[in-house]
Amino acid sequence: MEVPRHWRLRQQRYALVGEVCPHCDAKLFPPRDVCPHCGQEARTRFTFSGRGEVYSYTHMSDAPAGFEQNAPYTVALVKLEEGPLVTAQLTDLDGKPVEIGMPVEMVTRRIRSDDGEKGILVYGYKFRPVLAGPR
Amino acid sequence: MSDVVIAGVSQTPVGEHWDWSLRNLAAQAVQAGRRDAGGLMPQVVYIANVLASTVSHQANLGSLVASNAGLAGVEGVTVEAAGASGGAAARMAFLAVSSGIVDVAMVLGVEKFTDQAYAEAETALAQTMDADYESMQGATPTSQAALLMQRYLHDYNVQHDCFAGFPLNAHANAAHNPNAFFRKPISRQVYEQAETVNEPFNIFDAAPYADGAAALILTRSDIVPKDVGHGLVRITGSSIVTDTLALHDRTDPLAFQAAGFSIERACSQAGILPQDADLFELDDAFSIYAALSLEAAGFARGGEAWRLAEQGQIALGGSVPISTMGGSKGRGNPVGATGVYQLVEAALQLRGEAGKNQIPGARRALVQSLGGPASTAVTHVLEKLI
Amino acid sequence: MDVEETNSDQESILLKPELPVGIIGYGAYVPRYRLPASEVARIWTGGKGGLPVKEKSVPGIDEDVATMSIEAARNALARAGIDPGQLRAVWVGSESHPYAVKPTSTIVAEAIGAVPHVQAADWEFACKAGTEALVAAMGMVGSKMARYALAIGMDTAQGRPGDALEYTAGAGGAAYILGPAEESLAEIEYAYSYVTDTPDFWRRPEQKYPEHGQRFTGEPAYFKHITAAAQALMEASHTGPEDYRYAVFHQPNTKFPQRVAAQLGFKPEQIQAGLLVPVIGNTYAGAALIGLSAVLDQAVEGDRILMVSYGSGAGSDAFALRVTAAIESRRNLALKTADYIARRTQIDYATYVRYRGKLAV
Repeated sequence: MEVPRHWRLRQQRYALVGEVCPHCDAKLFPPRDVCPHCGQEARTRFTFSGRGEVYSYTHMSDAPAGFEQNAPYTVALVKLEEGPLVTAQLTDLDGKPVEIGMPVEMVTRRIRSDDGEKGILVYGYKFRPVLAGPR
Repeated sequence: MSDVVIAGVSQTPVGEHWDWSLRNLAAQAVQAGRRDAGGLMPQVVYIANVLASTVSHQANLGSLVASNAGLAGVEGVTVEAAGASGGAAARMAFLAVSSGIVDVAMVLGVEKFTDQAYAEAETALAQTMDADYESMQGATPTSQAALLMQRYLHDYNVQHDCFAGFPLNAHANAAHNPNAFFRKPISRQVYEQAETVNEPFNIFDAAPYADGAAALILTRSDIVPKDVGHGLVRITGSSIVTDTLALHDRTDPLAFQAAGFSIERACSQAGILPQDADLFELDDAFSIYAALSLEAAGFARGGEAWRLAEQGQIALGGSVPISTMGGSKGRGNPVGATGVYQLVEAALQLRGEAGKNQIPGARRALVQSLGGPASTAVTHVLEKLI
Repeated sequence: MDVEETNSDQESILLKPELPVGIIGYGAYVPRYRLPASEVARIWTGGKGGLPVKEKSVPGIDEDVATMSIEAARNALARAGIDPGQLRAVWVGSESHPYAVKPTSTIVAEAIGAVPHVQAADWEFACKAGTEALVAAMGMVGSKMARYALAIGMDTAQGRPGDALEYTAGAGGAAYILGPAEESLAEIEYAYSYVTDTPDFWRRPEQKYPEHGQRFTGEPAYFKHITAAAQALMEASHTGPEDYRYAVFHQPNTKFPQRVAAQLGFKPEQIQAGLLVPVIGNTYAGAALIGLSAVLDQAVEGDRILMVSYGSGAGSDAFALRVTAAIESRRNLALKTADYIARRTQIDYATYVRYRGKLAV
């Protein structure tokens, strides 16, 4: 049971809510309250668009505890269009080849369920290939 | 500041020690280390360990190890910096002795890995990453290394088999190391046909995690018993540098910046250049780490370290021998203890006790351990005391 | 069908808010996997027998009603163009809430940024849980308690392996943001609800799969309630089938909505746009609402739409809508229903069993 820990991070996890530095305008994810670029305080909320591209990726067949049900899955570094890199799973790939530079978009999915069938469901960001359609 | 020498070393074989617990392993290394140092009694033991609290459900190793290994009452604490724990514990001992406050310090690396099945063990290892932003996404240390390799292949436009030279060299050297987990050379063909585990990674790109314990005794040269019976090795440079814990928080993940800075600082203390070393015991927990470490240390430009491997420069007779006793790939990777094994192996090279793997006339060694993808980098410069 | 038994005079039975209310944004969601009905037949009947749909949608292993509702709600917000903080209700109707106790709606509200000044609740009325929420949202907005309210009908429907329901039990739904009619892309002119106690389909607590009354689910249940609701709404609003360009009926299989449309006097072309069951299956609480989203994707100003849901147990909610000019500028602000349907990855029964957690491990 790690309820408080998941709860504390819910906005970041569900919606990529990070921060923007009021001094140098750097967009920060994960939020860390201190800007790593200029060293000043950065606590202004900023919601990322969720669009980005694959910076690197790996397909995993052996999963750590809590993720076995999802295996095999793909872990990626995603370069968000606002700048930061994030570590996240790619989803909705079903065997299609992934490429570095591939455009992806954030979706909120189940990322883990704690304590088997009894614990809380943990939701969070994953990325999928951008869906075709008007927008 | 006092000079610090390595008065004694010890190591257990690395492997799957079903019969030995954490405390058995620790006791063996402690006893053997003291014997090698002519019976010196340490006043403090710095214990390098990562997994005991999860895999063995055991914390406070200082007390456990001291009381179980004939060091009752001795000061003892755990030093943890993921895969760099061994190097970090050695640095603590180095600081203690060089400060003059401690006369004799022991560094004990001990790791019991094989008590948990795969998923749990992988979870325990994943604790060394950013728990909220990496391991919560299902990433593991292996996947982190695979992400780096994938990007490396892309940025430098090279094929996966360019990494073959690293495991080939490690296995060739491990064949003559009686303490190594895998004592069998592998062929290029075996590497190229190996099972992919974390695309683009195959099983030979990741060192096998295993159990093991190794120890060092650090002291001042005037304290070493005259009849110790082996050469002494001086620590002339020591440095720890950290980088961001998460790979995604770096501007250039392939740079291994902390690894580079740590080499620079240790070498500048020792008054040498990295090229002055006769061997470089780097961290080859993953073949991509070996390549990035060579590049960060300045032995090759970005994207070219694999050429050193292809040209035989990393072999025992090459210009920058690495993994001279098999490295983590061939010797096995007892996580927190690995850094101590590296220092023990380098010390044996400088003492002229490396057997068939002896680098003739080796006088100076660079030893580097990494916690994660160089989130922590510890470098020591060892020099043969003449 | 005799309307007399609704025991009320015509105008007063309509649900019509004081302030005219309409849809200001809508969004659909269908997961990408498809299980052909022939795959279910292959496993359970040796491939024999007629098939109630061509195929059904199946959620991925990391999807559930919360995640699907979040995506539909984000689409609705993109079309509505409002700040999510202006929503005063986030309501999710489903019979597949991820938790037995703990709201889906709070997860959705948090993810879309609608917290904390908001009503949040999960609705339950079998397949009409979503339209129940829609009627309630009309009340919230129509009474000026709230300017905007979000109602979602979404399901990852359950069917016992080998049961008739397994061929059709699909996944999907749609989200609707209601607001003042003058801001809307479609005004909801009237609603009407018809409810009796008719146990045609149920699931007791702790049971994984629903039970149903087989042929009893037809005439006295689905057909009776939908025709009663549609006729009452049309009579009370002085309209007839010819006044509606489109009609959407709850769609548990392909035949039922076609037959009920014919019984009510609608032509096949009127229900065509919203008839998605052949290609996505029965999305339960999402079924009527995603049919409506497909219609809105192609409707033009002035089109009138009749939508009638059906929920077992039993009841129907009927709605009369009139599309406004705003539809043109908003429909391309998010992915359309057809975009999700076109995104299709066929799976076999084994993969389906794994994705739906029917595999005992």
